Amino acid sequence: MAIEINQQQPPQEVGLSRIAVSETHGEDSPYFAGWKAYDENPYDESKNPSGVIQMGLAENQVSFDLVEKFLEQHCEASSWGNKISAFRENALFQDYHGLQSFRKAMASFMEQIRGGRANFDPDRVVLTAGATAANELLTFILADPGDALLVPTPYYPGFDRDLRWRTGVKIVPIHCDSSSNFQITPQALEDAYNNAESMNIKVRGVLITNPSNPLGLTIQRSVLENLLDFVTSKNIHLVSDEIYSGSVFSSSEFVSVAEILQARNYKDSERVHIVYSLSKDLGLPGFRVGTIYSYNDKVVTTARRMSSFTLISSETQHLLASMLSDREFTQNYIQTNRERLRKRYEMIIQGLRKAGIECLAGNAGLFCWMNLSPLLETPTREGELSLWNSILGEVKLNISPGLSCHCSEPGWFRVCFANMSEQTLEIALKRIQEFMGRRRSQHRETVFGNSSFFRALQNRKQKRKKKFSKIRRP
Amino acid sequence: MLSSKAMLDGHGEESPYFQGWKEYEKNAYDDVQNPTGIIQMGLAENQLSLDLLRTRLENNQDATRLTNNGESVFRDLALFQDYHGLPAFKNVLEEFMAEMRGNKVSFDPRKLVLMAGATSASETLMFCIVEHGDAFLLPTPYYPGYDRDLKWRTGVELVPIHCSSSNGFKITKSALEEAYQEAQKLSFNVKGVFITNPSNPLGTTMSHVELDELITFAVAKKIHLISDEIFSGTVFENPSFISIIEAVINRKLEKTDLWSRVHIVYSLSKDFGIPGFRVGMIYSNNERVVSTATKMSSYGLISSQTQYLLFKLLSGKEFRENYLKENRKRVKERREMMVVGLGQAGISCLKGNAGLFCWVDLRNHLSSNTFTAEMELWKKILHEAGLNISPGASCHCTEPGWFRICFANMSEETLMVSMERMKAFLHKQ
Repeated sequence: MAIEINQQQPPQEVGLSRIAVSETHGEDSPYFAGWKAYDENPYDESKNPSGVIQMGLAENQVSFDLVEKFLEQHCEASSWGNKISAFRENALFQDYHGLQSFRKAMASFMEQIRGGRANFDPDRVVLTAGATAANELLTFILADPGDALLVPTPYYPGFDRDLRWRTGVKIVPIHCDSSSNFQITPQALEDAYNNAESMNIKVRGVLITNPSNPLGLTIQRSVLENLLDFVTSKNIHLVSDEIYSGSVFSSSEFVSVAEILQARNYKDSERVHIVYSLSKDLGLPGFRVGTIYSYNDKVVTTARRMSSFTLISSETQHLLASMLSDREFTQNYIQTNRERLRKRYEMIIQGLRKAGIECLAGNAGLFCWMNLSPLLETPTREGELSLWNSILGEVKLNISPGLSCHCSEPGWFRVCFANMSEQTLEIALKRIQEFMGRRRSQHRETVFGNSSFFRALQNRKQKRKKKFSKIRRP
Repeated sequence: MLSSKAMLDGHGEESPYFQGWKEYEKNAYDDVQNPTGIIQMGLAENQLSLDLLRTRLENNQDATRLTNNGESVFRDLALFQDYHGLPAFKNVLEEFMAEMRGNKVSFDPRKLVLMAGATSASETLMFCIVEHGDAFLLPTPYYPGYDRDLKWRTGVELVPIHCSSSNGFKITKSALEEAYQEAQKLSFNVKGVFITNPSNPLGTTMSHVELDELITFAVAKKIHLISDEIFSGTVFENPSFISIIEAVINRKLEKTDLWSRVHIVYSLSKDFGIPGFRVGMIYSNNERVVSTATKMSSYGLISSQTQYLLFKLLSGKEFRENYLKENRKRVKERREMMVVGLGQAGISCLKGNAGLFCWVDLRNHLSSNTFTAEMELWKKILHEAGLNISPGASCHCTEPGWFRICFANMSEETLMVSMERMKAFLHKQ
């Protein structure tokens, strides 16, 4: 079924568009409601130690010091030196091709992240103010209103808005679940495509996030190969959002679609487009630096023109061109950032295990995908929401329920670990351990102390006896 | 294989406005390295006052080092992606916008939505207000970029309000009515009027009378009024600039439903000469528009680094007042230089008091009173005189023979060269 958020509108207000009055901006989902709870009572280690700890925000704060050090040692990157002409030129520069030096640096950085296993041509780099803009822009270019993109679940909640809101394009989910380790199976792909067809919806492409948000896991090479074959056979597009590519704990584990295309000598590559951003890997979401890398000339040209609506500040391009052209900085950064994220990941996994909680085995990203299904009162969405509310209300942790990521299996939660200090993470883990401890003792009491439970058990036994007694033996 | 938006020409880059730009890029004038190259006079940039900003930068290390009184604010800025915008920056902007309007209007930062350029702001307003196939009325001549910015992805139709040289291209009541009827004939649902005040390409501020007509019209038809006031800081002499909000207040209509149908687009690109920094905004009295536009600004937020830079540079009432005064003076002087230069070539311009360009009358030099003749003349000026100017047709002017010529995007010397070339060219004709 296509994912539709309730489009009921109030009566027309002073002649605004349907887009303006619809709810497709998605800000009423739990994803955002938890955010609001945090805003009203944010944790602070000294001023508000019992406040809500934000674990729903996929930010990378572990490697700021490296960027700060670079800035201190390279003042000219963030200013324009002594010549007024440098300031003037930069201030006037609004060419949608973007600063050539920055495009080159970006292409090189993307290559380094992939361990040199893929080449990137700076002339195919299109700049946008963030990946949010890049994904929306690509959708405008690849699909018409009413068409669909297939997106594997669970997926980043922001896609509901970014891919659909102003574009009028639909999302048809590719259902992935724990039975396949949430990897995209050929069957799931076919099912999604057929599902769209049965609703007379034209599929224009598949959009994946690799490494995955919220899974924190890279997509396997075989799955990518299969995806490429699939989109080629259906003559549709493949968009690979690789925004977390620099956050893979071990370089060798990430396979980018770019590598596969290169190995195939770029055959059928004109349907493939990569989205990237510096928001996660460099921890600079405020600077609004996104990019579309397309193997399709017409897409590059059109995206470039459309990027007029979402250009990156030339001041910021200038700064980052300097930073990303510095190979010493980038090599050190990529390596160190990876290592720190891996350590954080280990820390949270151990901490959760101590609480008796298992996570999906991950290898990337700023979060882990936690399995709380054993704790659900009922294996339903309501059960999950109820548990999420308890965790928010009792434990004062804002985590993201799988429901908000359109996960088809209730009980999974995304928990971020890189947007806080180690101390805060320890406190969060402690709170979870205590919560789980309380739950276990409550459960024990319930099981042994509740006579109605035994009555129900007896009743069930009787019913089963009656049922089997009716079955005639051959 | 791609969407219809991608396959059609909604990007508008086939128009002369962009063609001339491309010719220029192939053979750009440089006073030393390429003195016979094409001089770019089709770009409404303000290069006159960048030194003032630059000097302010020198005295303000915090602005670029991302420090506040020496203490680093880098981390906070790096993480700051709140679509409500940097509060300190919005406060400064709100003060500046009020000062520019002689403090006759005050602005509430809560009604201000920041986005990456006026290009983004104008489009976003369309997304908030129109459905596919609705129409907005625009007085001609208008900025060629609107054909892309307002229409491309939103599906809005633009219907011209024809203005003519007979009354200095002012908007009249009958022109408004005619445009409305025209839209109805085409079965478009008119959602509003979109004006640019001061006008691009005319270089004039809208009169009190015109604004009144517009307001009366918008009240009667129950439609929106959008005023792109991007050149408001370049008004250098009377008649003084009247913002749409001021005009509505003067009519005592703040408490009526018109109030929530009035929206301003603004940007720092023209007044400060910083188009590269992508600083635009919407100001609206309509809560729903503000809330929706705020969410939509996610698709084009201003870099927090730049918000901080400009917050630091533009803080200080004295600096702002001096800047406005000096910038206006320089714009006036430059314009006079062009008017005199063109005058010496026997050419007159529409009398103007704002903007970075003159609206020039070359009707006498057309071989016939047609747009074909205008295009011929434009090409000759481009290839023979080596000047890229903007033909009125690209601005949807209804009368052939008018051209927009920019004067603020080059040095004085280059302007003198261009005037000499124009004289020589016209002399030959």
